[in-house]
Amino acid sequence: MSGLRIDHVGKSFGMFEALKDIDLDFPDGKFICLLGPSGCGKTTLLRVIAGLETPTRGRILLDGTDISGLPAHRRNLGMVFQSLALFPHLTVGENIAYGLRIRGADQATRRRKTEELLDLVRLPGTADRQISQLSGGQRQRVAIARALAIDPKLFLLDEPLSALDAKLRETMQVELKLLQKRLGISTIVVTHDQREALTMADIVVVMNHAEVQQVGSPLDIYRNPVNAFVADFIGSSNLLTGVVGGEDGVIIVDGLPVQTEAGRALVRGTKASISIRPEEVLVHPGTETGPNHLPAKVTFVRDLGASVEIMLECSGREILAVSSPRTRPAVDTGDAVTIELPPAACVVLAS
Amino acid sequence: MTTERPHGLMAHLPMLWPAGMLVLFFVVPFGIMLAVSFFHQVQGAFFEPAFELDNYGRFVSAFFGRALLFSLWISILSAAIVVAVAFPFTYFLTRLRRRAQVPILVFILAVLSLSEVIIGFSWSTLLSRNAGLSNVMVWLGMLPRPVAWTPSFGALLMGMCYLGFPYTVLIVYPAMSRLDPELPEASRMLGASPFRTFFTIVVPVLKTSLMGAVIMVFVFNLGAFLLPQVLGRPPHWTLSVHITDQAVFQSNIPFAAAMAIFLMLFSLAFIGLTLVLGASREAPR
Repeated sequence: MSGLRIDHVGKSFGMFEALKDIDLDFPDGKFICLLGPSGCGKTTLLRVIAGLETPTRGRILLDGTDISGLPAHRRNLGMVFQSLALFPHLTVGENIAYGLRIRGADQATRRRKTEELLDLVRLPGTADRQISQLSGGQRQRVAIARALAIDPKLFLLDEPLSALDAKLRETMQVELKLLQKRLGISTIVVTHDQREALTMADIVVVMNHAEVQQVGSPLDIYRNPVNAFVADFIGSSNLLTGVVGGEDGVIIVDGLPVQTEAGRALVRGTKASISIRPEEVLVHPGTETGPNHLPAKVTFVRDLGASVEIMLECSGREILAVSSPRTRPAVDTGDAVTIELPPAACVVLAS
Repeated sequence: MTTERPHGLMAHLPMLWPAGMLVLFFVVPFGIMLAVSFFHQVQGAFFEPAFELDNYGRFVSAFFGRALLFSLWISILSAAIVVAVAFPFTYFLTRLRRRAQVPILVFILAVLSLSEVIIGFSWSTLLSRNAGLSNVMVWLGMLPRPVAWTPSFGALLMGMCYLGFPYTVLIVYPAMSRLDPELPEASRMLGASPFRTFFTIVVPVLKTSLMGAVIMVFVFNLGAFLLPQVLGRPPHWTLSVHITDQAVFQSNIPFAAAMAIFLMLFSLAFIGLTLVLGASREAPR
């Protein structure tokens, strides 16, 4: 059995439950993102996998072997820390070779491996530099090289890009993803940035309140969020609460029927919410009637150049619609308009 | 980043106060001591102004030479022992939860409030034959009969270490508690055991405060003049004891001054050596 298995893992700090019965199975060689707001337990889960925290319950299995009992320094996992934790008294080369030195590798091997890794992270010829001489992005690369130097079975990263500025962060996201693809190493990244998760991950694990909310591919999670939290946390989302109106997927919102495609399994009369992405909401000037048409009022139009955000009010609830400048409807603040919710774009969330 | 340097007389005026204090309380007394060290001691009386090297000449003897060497030796040894014990102790202290740290720190601060006299006589009692710890060990069956452990070299070393310990903890604590906990964790993820991590990461990263602690305990114990008299025999008297003896009991101020200058030169040389040794291993920035 290859891959990582997190077998009903729980972790409590005194009265505080940081992880509640986490049960996950990851195939080998995937890029996994643990995504969630701060305090959701994602870092604790990573630290349990790393061996820096002992789980209160459950086991961690790597390639079928239970590693729960192994201390961190015997697990052979590479980790990049949030603070990067580069050793300030060692040079770049000595930092990268540290794990090899601990393993008793001779000097020639250490030097060769260090050069290889510096090439890999595109920092050739910097082995003799001091850590204090490096920029934030360069330190990032050194931390990655250092973690990879020990040929780890798993590559763990705890909010690795949070210290970088926005532009550099996006470059590094792509670079990290390409690096992982090239090496084919199983990678787990903790992040609170949904864009980061969607950019890099093969599998996204959305966490909240110490529990896993949803596991899936980025597209799957974006298109079919299972609950209101996921819908809201991944991208932005409009939520319309209503009542199931029939067995044909109709949800009654404010007395008006909204046809959905996913709502077929729901019981008539129960409460349900519709989640729809802002870019799926169509805005028509004036009052129109038709299926899935709801009356609304424009409260603000934000022209961002690349996109136009239209903020609307629809019987007391806020709705956000996003369109490209080319398809921008001719509406302005204060206009009475009609919004159309295409049935295929309406995801039904059970309450 | 650059800071603007003050220009003109008025801008430098505020500096007069600290400079004046420094001259009044440090340079002037030191100058007097330096001058007195060359004065002539009148037998059975006070000293008179002169310029002679007799006081220094008298110091260059086997007796005082041995006292100087002994002073340096026991100060270095006690500094090494204290730091070797207090450094790991403080490391584990900072790894504890905040609430567990506070009572221990309060206790250590409380030890600081004890005077050297009280500490000296307490240890003297604890190590004595009549009322000391050896009686407890006899009662526990570990010793056949009570033993006197004081006065002795070991007792003196013990007292000096006890005195230096709280200072060392307090010097090392701030740097240790600011140490990024992810540094030792990173080392562990790379395969180093906690023991190895301590010596390859924690100690080198905190080298500056470590050396500061060594120098401080060294200087502190070099100046100890009470403990050697309480816990040691006359061969264990440090130079500080001899200086006190000459100045207070023999009324030979010029000779005491000469010895004090000697002691100061040697301790400065030692501190300089420590800094040079420490700096040479530091890579250029």
